Amino acid sequence: MKLIKFLLFGILFGVIMTKSEAVSWFRIQEMFRFESFHMYGIIGTAVVLGALGIFLMKRMGLTTYEGKPLKLQAKEMQVKRLLFGGTIFGLGWAMTGACPGPLYTLVGHGVWAILVVIASALLGTLVYGALKSKLPH
Amino acid sequence: MILSIIDFISQPWHWAVSGAAIAGLMFIMLYAGEKFGVSTSFETVCSMAGAGKNIELFNYDWRSQTWLLLFLTGAAIGGFIGTTALQSPEPVQISQSTVEYLASVGVATPQTNAEGLGYVPREIFNFETLFSVKGIIIMVLGGFLIGFGTRWAKGCTSGHAISGLSNLQLPSLVAVIGFFIGGLVMTHLLLPMILKL
Repeated sequence: MKLIKFLLFGILFGVIMTKSEAVSWFRIQEMFRFESFHMYGIIGTAVVLGALGIFLMKRMGLTTYEGKPLKLQAKEMQVKRLLFGGTIFGLGWAMTGACPGPLYTLVGHGVWAILVVIASALLGTLVYGALKSKLPH
Repeated sequence: MILSIIDFISQPWHWAVSGAAIAGLMFIMLYAGEKFGVSTSFETVCSMAGAGKNIELFNYDWRSQTWLLLFLTGAAIGGFIGTTALQSPEPVQISQSTVEYLASVGVATPQTNAEGLGYVPREIFNFETLFSVKGIIIMVLGGFLIGFGTRWAKGCTSGHAISGLSNLQLPSLVAVIGFFIGGLVMTHLLLPMILKL
């Protein structure tokens, strides 16, 4: 039951993704063509407020509601993995117009063909897992 | 009163409101003891399906990620609510220059809700198109690249662009640069050709 709150947060996320139009394939095309500020405004506002909030949370020594440290681990600087993996993801993002979160939200929109995209993403993950030791990181 | 509130939030949200809402959600998730990152879920599902027997990456107890599976179930429910009870009065309004470009590559941008809500182009994302070269490339290859790329880069838009950048992580900036290299190459060089197939 402790986990049920994440279902509610997810619902909030799905509503935000839909009303912000960040789940729109059309918005993603527009973003990568630099023809509107909309998506940059969303990501920019989230990052600026996010950075300010996280700075304050650290400053005040805030913990989780259970008194544990916040999950804010440093990310490892592995340039090859970040750049190559990031580029591969970017190719897929621009094509499907959806990053992973919106993929799930679009199922709720009744775009059933998105289930194929999700299944392919799972296959991509599986193949990455199998090839991991052979790829540069 | 309640109806007018629903009408109010049913309008498409201003980008500043949307950005603030995303930051707020990230804070809530941190306070609740988890982090805001979606693409890990692909790994979780592979692990759940038993892929951990053969592949090291998936060899962990997926039950530790139950919260994420619930979150994503919620994401779908939220998508349903957003397009039904909170449906916008008109489809997603994109810039005229994008509309014209898309028309030139054969994609119509919906002008009325009857033509589509403007989230996905109906002529591409359907099961009939899936049996064409264009459909296979966009849906099957596109999805594959998302799964493969996000696991290689260890994060997607939520984990790197939002959570990572907010925590001033330089590695996340490198990942975001990668997202844009791929996105720009696809949008400007490859997708116009794919859409005309």
